[in-house]
Amino acid sequence: MRKYVPKDNVQGKSYYTDRYWVAPRVPRMEVEADSHFADVLKALGKLSKESYVEIGQLVVHIDATTNVEVMTVLKETCGYTQCSEQSAVDYLAKDGEFELFYQLLNITEAKRVRVVCRIKKGEAIESITSLYHSANFAEREMFDMFGIKVNNHPFLKRILMPDDWEGHPLLKTYPMIGDEFASWYEVDKIFGKEYRDVIGPENRDPARIDRYDTKRFSRVGYEVPFDADISDGEKEQAIEYSETLLVDYTTSSKTLDERR
Amino acid sequence: MQQPNKLTPFFENLNFERDDNTMVINFGPQHPSAHGQLRLVLELDGEQVVKAYPDIGYLHRGIEKMAENMTYNEFLPTTDRLDYIASTSNNYAYALAVEKLLGIEAPRRAQVIRTMLLEINRVISHLFFIATHALDVGAMSVFLYAFREREFAMDLMEDYCGARLTHSSVRIGGVPLDLPNEWINKMIAFCDKVDYEVEHTYNALLQENRIWKMRLEDVGVISAEDALSWGCTGPMLRGSGVNWDIRKEEPYELYGELDFDIPTSDRCDSYGRYRLYMEEMNQSTRILRQLVPMYKESEPQLMAHAPQYISAPKEEIMTQNYALMQHFVLVTQGMRPPKGEVYVPTESPKGELGFYIKSEGEPYAYRLKCRAPSFFHTGLLQKLLVGTYIADVVTIIGTTNIVFGEVDR
Repeated sequence: MRKYVPKDNVQGKSYYTDRYWVAPRVPRMEVEADSHFADVLKALGKLSKESYVEIGQLVVHIDATTNVEVMTVLKETCGYTQCSEQSAVDYLAKDGEFELFYQLLNITEAKRVRVVCRIKKGEAIESITSLYHSANFAEREMFDMFGIKVNNHPFLKRILMPDDWEGHPLLKTYPMIGDEFASWYEVDKIFGKEYRDVIGPENRDPARIDRYDTKRFSRVGYEVPFDADISDGEKEQAIEYSETLLVDYTTSSKTLDERR
Repeated sequence: MQQPNKLTPFFENLNFERDDNTMVINFGPQHPSAHGQLRLVLELDGEQVVKAYPDIGYLHRGIEKMAENMTYNEFLPTTDRLDYIASTSNNYAYALAVEKLLGIEAPRRAQVIRTMLLEINRVISHLFFIATHALDVGAMSVFLYAFREREFAMDLMEDYCGARLTHSSVRIGGVPLDLPNEWINKMIAFCDKVDYEVEHTYNALLQENRIWKMRLEDVGVISAEDALSWGCTGPMLRGSGVNWDIRKEEPYELYGELDFDIPTSDRCDSYGRYRLYMEEMNQSTRILRQLVPMYKESEPQLMAHAPQYISAPKEEIMTQNYALMQHFVLVTQGMRPPKGEVYVPTESPKGELGFYIKSEGEPYAYRLKCRAPSFFHTGLLQKLLVGTYIADVVTIIGTTNIVFGEVDR
C-alpha cells in the first residue's frame, strides 16, 4: 500500500515527530504603557482586534476589510511612511484562510509594525498602492504566488511566473517539483499539446543526457566513435595508468579485484 | 487592429510605422547593461520615455518555495544565490532571522568575524557597483581597476571560507571557522589598498570627470517622499537625503559599538548616489580597522551554545554520548524552532534585506519571505524612467544597483 500523503499540504515534512512533542512559542509581550507602540494602538482604537509585541515588533491583527483605513491611520498619524514588505501565508489546509501581513516602518522612531489580517479562500483584498507605491510590486507578487486578488490595483498581473502559467506556486497544495502543467509547459508552448505523446516524458527535459546518444559530447562514459551504436553495451576499455606514478601497483602480489 | 498568427506575428511597432506615434522597444533580457535578466518594455516618444514596464522573473528559481521544503540549516547555502554579488550578507540576514527566532546570540568572536565578512562583502558589492555602473556609462578603465581590487577582496573571502562567490560563510549560531593565520594582516593591507584606490583611482577618474558628471548629474532624480513610498532603502534612500541606515538605527551584531558615519546626499540624483557608494567604502574600511583589536580581545568560541538547536563542537560530539545523540537528531531531522513569526531587517550593500520567517514548530519553515531591496528598486523603475531620455535609461538602471538573483529569487 502506498503511504498516505495529505493532498492539502504537500510541502516538506519531518519524517519523525515525537508524539508528545509540543512546540514552544516565541513569547508575545504586552504593549508597554507610554511607549510608542501604545500611542499607535491608541490611534488605531477599535480597528485593532488583537495586538502584542513579538521579537521587538508590534503585531496588530485587524479585520481584512479595514486594511486601507488602518494603513491610512498608520501612515498619516503614526508616521509609518514605508511599507517594507507585503505578502501572505497559506493556511488553507488548516483554517481555509490566507494570512496577509504588511510590514511597516517608521524611520523617525525606528520602529516596525506588522499588520496581520486573514481572508477566506476566494476573497479579495483592497490594494494599498494609493498609500504605499512599494505595495505595487509586492501585491503583484502575492497575486502571482498565491492567487489572491487585489481590488483597485493599478496593474494586477503575474510578475515572476509567465503570464500564461497555471497554478500559484507558493500554495501548500503546489508540489515543489511542479505539477503536470509545469512539467509540460515548454512542450505545450513550443510544439503544442498534441506533441506531448510524440515527445514523451523521457524527452521533455532539455537538460537530459542520453547514455546511448553518441552524437553529443555531453554523454558520460568512455570515448566512442561519433554516431556509433552502443545500445548493447560499450566496448570495455582497459584502464591505463600513467607510467610516472610513484607507486608501482604492477609489482603487487594481488590484483585489484582480489583486494576487493 | 492586428491579428497575429504564426505567419504574421504581432508587430508591436506597427503604429509607429504608420503615423507619428510612440515606439515600443524591448530593453533586455539579454542586454549587457540590464544587470542580469531585466526586460524593460519602453514606450518612446522620440527619445523620451513615455512609459516603462519592468518585466522580471527570468531568474525565478522559487527560493521561497525551496525554503518551505528544506530544514533551516539546509536552506542556508541557497541564500547565497539571492544577491550573488555579496553572498555573505544574505547568509547573515537569514542566519540572524533564525537566531532571533531561536532566541540565541552568536559568541563574541563569531560576531567580530561576521561583521568583518559583512563589511568586506559591502566593499565587494560597492566595487562591483562602481565597475559596472562606470562601464555602462562608458568609462571602461574604472571597470578594470575596480575588478582588480574586488579580486583582492574575493581572495580574502577565499582564504576564509574557500569560496569566492557563493560563500556560505555564516552558520546559524555563529561561524564555522576561525580566521586563518595572517588573514588580519592581509585584510589591513586590503583596507589600505581600498582607501588609496578610492581616492587616487576611482574618485580621481570620476569625481570631476566632465563626461561622468554630464551623464550622472540630475539623472534619476527621486524625492525623499517618493523614495520612501516606493520602498527604497540603502543608498537609494540615503541618496535622497534620508538619514536611514539599519546598522545605525536598529543596530545588530557589533554595529552598536563601532564608530562610523552614515553618509547621506540631498542631491537626489545618480551623481549623489555614486558619491555615497565611494564614501561608504571608506566607512567600511574604517569599521574593518576597528574590528581588529576586538578580534584579538575575544574568546575563541565560534558557535553559540544551544544544544537543542545547534550541534556541539566536534570534540564534544566525539567524546560525549549525549552530544552525539543531539547531533544525530539535528542532522537527520533538523532543528525545531519555537512557533512564532519574525521579521529581521539587515543593511545589505543594496539596502534593507529582511527575512520574514513563520515557524509552526516544525523543522521546515512554514513560510519564508525574503524582502529583497532590489525587488523594490526594480519596481521604482516604472516611476523613475518616465520622462527621461533613452540614453539615461542605462545610467538609471546602473544607479539602482539591482541584482537579479534577489529580484526574482
